[in-house]
Amino acid sequence: MKITKVAKAGTLESNDILIMVKPNELGKTELELESIVMQQFGEVIEQVILHKVQEMGIEGISIKAQDKGALDYTIAARVETAISRAI
Amino acid sequence: MEKLRRTMLFMPGNNPGMLQDAAILGADSIILDLEDAVSLTEKDSARILVREAIKTIDYSQVEVVVRVNPLDTEFGPQDVDMIARVKPDTLLIPKANEEEIKLVDILLDKIEKEEGYPPGSIKIIALIETALGLENVYNVVQASTRTVGVLLGGEDLTADLGIERTKEGEEIFYARNKVATVCRALKVDAIDTPFTDINDYEGLEKDTAKAKGLGLTGKSAINPRQIETIHSVFAPTEDELKRALRILDAMEEAEKEGKGCCSLDGKMIDAPVINRAACTVDQGIRLGLISGEGGAR
Repeated sequence: MKITKVAKAGTLESNDILIMVKPNELGKTELELESIVMQQFGEVIEQVILHKVQEMGIEGISIKAQDKGALDYTIAARVETAISRAI
Repeated sequence: MEKLRRTMLFMPGNNPGMLQDAAILGADSIILDLEDAVSLTEKDSARILVREAIKTIDYSQVEVVVRVNPLDTEFGPQDVDMIARVKPDTLLIPKANEEEIKLVDILLDKIEKEEGYPPGSIKIIALIETALGLENVYNVVQASTRTVGVLLGGEDLTADLGIERTKEGEEIFYARNKVATVCRALKVDAIDTPFTDINDYEGLEKDTAKAKGLGLTGKSAINPRQIETIHSVFAPTEDELKRALRILDAMEEAEKEGKGCCSLDGKMIDAPVINRAACTVDQGIRLGLISGEGGAR
């Protein structure tokens, strides 16, 4: 499945994450992540985001994520919301 | 033994920090709110976040209640469908009337069957906040066997009645009486409206005592700082517990001696007094203030 427009979900408040998604014209999945806990949890956050994208069967998506210390359940929820809004 | 609902704490459904801290704040129940605490543009986001929170977070012994949007909006049925599938303990149905409760009951029957949950395992609390709902509260509770309580929404009710909401709360005297009486008759919990001035602890204590005095069994809260005050009002005092235990002991002795009634400290003990004492002792046991055998801890 492909997304068709730009959308975002989440906030920049503590414990949350702001996710912005847009269609990737090359059909790739690209992720740009900023996090206040990048050194400790950067890889895990990336895995959670990409797992959710894969689970939803999305191809051709660019994701920009600004993390403020969100737990996995919040990351997954915000990615799902952003993608649902972009379909 | 049934769960206590002395406090039901409202938490905004789109705030991850609050959702993950909700279990440790001391409330008997938490209400994850998808209705008034969430803006129209964030309904989808909050619904997904609350679903993920319930799936992930261990809320331990705290009852997880989700306030869905009214069933006559586009959001309400979507809330019920998504949230019930992760099995919260209870759904709080706003602007409840008979039809809404029956509809939710049907939706929950279907979801429980599809998900393989025991039939009737997701409970309902009716939020009474309209004049029509209040006048029909007996039938609202009777509309589903899942209904375990009524929460009185004083703000919306007074708005519907076109009257001013005051700190003293005289304007909801009738509503509190009606809800308390119906709930007692149907053996479900009667939860009072929140006290909205979060910095006035004295006012909160008085308001809670007033509700307890009219027969309500718990109170909703809008700030964790209100929990301790509400619990202190709803807990039986040591003197009340001691007297209740003495009444039950005196009655037991009278029964052994084949007497129909007895007296304690010069006052006759009859059925209503015994019933009240039994309720006090039951609450003391549930709160861990006395042991199951009736001995003080």
